[in-house]
Amino acid sequence: MARRDVEDLHLRGLTKQFGDVVAVDHLDLTIPAGSFFALLGASGCGKTTTLRMIAGLEDPSGGTIHIGPRDVTSLRAFERPVNTVFQSYALFPHLDIFENIAFGLRRRKVKDVTAPVEAMLELVELAPLARRKPSQLSGGQQQRVALARALINEPDVLLLDEPLGALDLKLRRQMQIELKRIQHDVGTTFVHVTHDQEEAMTMADTVAVMNDGRIEQLGHPADIYETPKTVFVANFLGQANLILGAKAGESANFISVSAQGHTFDIPRMRSATSGDSIIVGVRPEKITVVDDVAGAHVPDHVVRVRGKVTDVSYAGVSTQYVVRASWGQELICFEQNIKVGDRCSVGDDVILHWAPEHTFGLDGSQGLHAGTSHGAAHVNEVNLDLSREG
Amino acid sequence: MRRRWGRAVIPVIGIAVLVYLFIPIAVVVAFSFNNPGSRYNLTWNQFSLQAWENICGVPGVCASFVTSIEIGIISTLIATILGTLIAFALVRYRFRGRGSTNLLIFLPMTTPEVVMGASLLALFLNLRFPLGAGTVAIAHIMFIISFVVVSVKARLQGMDPRLEEAARDLYADPRATFRYVTFPLVLPGIVGAALLGFSLSFDDFIISYFNAGTLVTFPIYIWGAAQRGIPVQVNALASVVFFIALAVVLISQGVNYRKRKALQR
Amino acid sequence: MVAVVPTTGNAAPAATAQRRARTAYFLMGPGLLWLAVFFAIPFVTLFLTSLQVPVPGKPGQYMPGFALGNYPSALAEYWPQLVRSFVFSGIATVLALVLAYPLAYFIAFRGGRWKPLLLVLVIAPSFASFLLRTYAWKTILADEGPVTSTLNALHLLPEGRILNTSIAVIAGLTYNFLPFMLLPLFAAIDKIDPRLVEAAGDLYASPITAFRKVTWPLSLPGVVAGTLLTFIPASGDYINAQLLGSPNDRMIGNVIQANFIQFRNYPTASALSFALMAIILLLVFGYIRRAGTEDLV
Repeated sequence: MARRDVEDLHLRGLTKQFGDVVAVDHLDLTIPAGSFFALLGASGCGKTTTLRMIAGLEDPSGGTIHIGPRDVTSLRAFERPVNTVFQSYALFPHLDIFENIAFGLRRRKVKDVTAPVEAMLELVELAPLARRKPSQLSGGQQQRVALARALINEPDVLLLDEPLGALDLKLRRQMQIELKRIQHDVGTTFVHVTHDQEEAMTMADTVAVMNDGRIEQLGHPADIYETPKTVFVANFLGQANLILGAKAGESANFISVSAQGHTFDIPRMRSATSGDSIIVGVRPEKITVVDDVAGAHVPDHVVRVRGKVTDVSYAGVSTQYVVRASWGQELICFEQNIKVGDRCSVGDDVILHWAPEHTFGLDGSQGLHAGTSHGAAHVNEVNLDLSREG
Repeated sequence: MRRRWGRAVIPVIGIAVLVYLFIPIAVVVAFSFNNPGSRYNLTWNQFSLQAWENICGVPGVCASFVTSIEIGIISTLIATILGTLIAFALVRYRFRGRGSTNLLIFLPMTTPEVVMGASLLALFLNLRFPLGAGTVAIAHIMFIISFVVVSVKARLQGMDPRLEEAARDLYADPRATFRYVTFPLVLPGIVGAALLGFSLSFDDFIISYFNAGTLVTFPIYIWGAAQRGIPVQVNALASVVFFIALAVVLISQGVNYRKRKALQR
Repeated sequence: MVAVVPTTGNAAPAATAQRRARTAYFLMGPGLLWLAVFFAIPFVTLFLTSLQVPVPGKPGQYMPGFALGNYPSALAEYWPQLVRSFVFSGIATVLALVLAYPLAYFIAFRGGRWKPLLLVLVIAPSFASFLLRTYAWKTILADEGPVTSTLNALHLLPEGRILNTSIAVIAGLTYNFLPFMLLPLFAAIDKIDPRLVEAAGDLYASPITAFRKVTWPLSLPGVVAGTLLTFIPASGDYINAQLLGSPNDRMIGNVIQANFIQFRNYPTASALSFALMAIILLLVFGYIRRAGTEDLV
């Protein structure tokens, strides 16, 4: 399929209220044309509601949705050039695959559906199964049918509601690559909703992290991972070590923070605040763990944190250490297993250090736990449903 | 060892009860092949195909059979339509008075037939409405509606609401959504309800008896004949109905079974 | 920054809700009207008929009146049949429960891939005329038949026969209404997750204890529904009494039918019908209050 000319998707002040609950709170977002955009957040954060409003399946309580200059807010779902790949696929069980895919074309009174449908079946590699019913297909195959059924209509925006959630790990990885490829080939704007931060980061050009109906941070995956602006983002995307401190001074390029007996220098560009209460943050994989001997060789301007190893988890590719710092806080460190032998053991006294450019700063008033599993109010309910099948 | 005996108890009792359910059927069918010595087809005399060869031989039998079928078809048709509409309203719309609506639909299924028959008769008598096929059909429609509502409602509620959303997402306006997605999926429930309704109407005795006047339906004929001796033809006709109904149900089960086997490939 | 312009505010949802409610009334209208006219209103006429008084000088004819006294007199004359109806149907309901539960349990837990077929077999007998099936019991339970002879040899029959006794009537009631008990029971038992029973076993419960503590309580909604759907129609039945019982076994249904069709004593018949319905409603509400409600529709 040839790349198409599409337009930006604009959400302005988009709000959805269910009684007293504000699910989506005055969202302002521009999704660039032709990009692969991920809306990332925990269950209940409002991402699916936002998606449904874009699709027209939910009426906003306020705000507007524009595709380019066109206001589509008051258009009903079947009038919008937007298509959805549903989480449960929602394939029509009484129609075969061919008719499922052709459904949108037929409703738009397209005369000859055979050619486009067959082309689409080729694209998703399901041509021999055209006359089967959805119930006769595997989960991965159903997912591809759902994708084909939506894409064939050449929508301006394609919405994907956690489409890979029901697939096993290997298949999911495969489909992630597939989806990226298809999006690149077709050129339609993809808006992908997921709670899986790894998925969002691998697939998307731009990621928006949503929490409580609002967007916490938006940007390229690397940017928001390396430089989180809120505690929620820091904890939700991967893991973070957060140390509460107070501003001790500043210069043109750095802000100095005094925390737990150490002074950390945070590059000014990497600090979300320059107020008095600052949280010093560093990602686990940036930390180097050394013993006293090697620790003596660490340059003076690099902060040395002393601690004792309380847990070692060997994971093949890497080893995770939990180190109780001198002030009692437990810090997490990842080390790639490059050093043969010579891993730390539980009880060892170690020194932690990292390059100052990897430090980031967050507003101290947010607390340290937003975005962690005991900080979040909602646990992912999907896996807890022990529905019995068969 | 004790555990194995214990586990056998349930299947044994279960199958025994199932057999118990079938004993009278077996008797009915068997006795359609009976040549009774007397008027009463109560004891086995000798094997004979006479009733089957001469199935309309006794006056009134086939007429009542046909009457029951006619009333069955009309009542089922009307009740299915009315009941399906109610089911849709209940499942798909929000309105006030839901509680009383549910009560009105639920009550006929739990009212004894003698009370329903009697109260309808009281109505018709007081209105001086002539009793006959019309009143019987009216009565049948009345009690079939509830069963239709329950059947169709169950089917509708079991339908994934995402399917209709998917249809809307794929450019189907409300009418197209109904025609191409909702209706095909709910149709089996409607058909099942209609079959249930027909069998309820065809086999109904008490309510019909109260409101039939001089009309004779198949069950009314049987009742009347019960004192004088039921002709063997009645057994034959009833066996026909039984086997046809059984065949219909088994075939639809067979179709479902084969569909399910296909999934496992 | 773009100013926020709410295009669909709170006004729209209320209007659509109203529109939708109107469509709902429109859809339900004909059916509900039918039920109102031919189910609900007849109860009113039934009550009014029960208050009618004889036309003076014209025996057998009645005119509207306010004879509440019809109730005491009807009940005084026919209370044995009324009580007998509830006793018979009560016993039949219990028997139906005892018979249906194992079968329902068997199909739900041990049915496996035979479940649909077994369910068909359960409802299949209902395809044959129930009058004929009841009549067939006259053959099966005949005085010279194998069943009666065997039971007689074991000296289990107080009157030396089954037919034309209350035993036959109750047996007939049990048989006829067994499917009404079985299907709701099955529906409830089928919903029970077998892993719960396994978990009970894992926690040291014997099979009997597991049944008492896990399966039975979870099946209660089905038991409630089944007993209601069996007891109520059985109370009003008169076919079994007529075909299988003696004149001493007449139930209230027989009396109502006789008074309506043969004696044409409409006030008495109506009073009895209304009384039957009222008592059933009371029993049902009391039962539901004790046993707990479940969505029965």
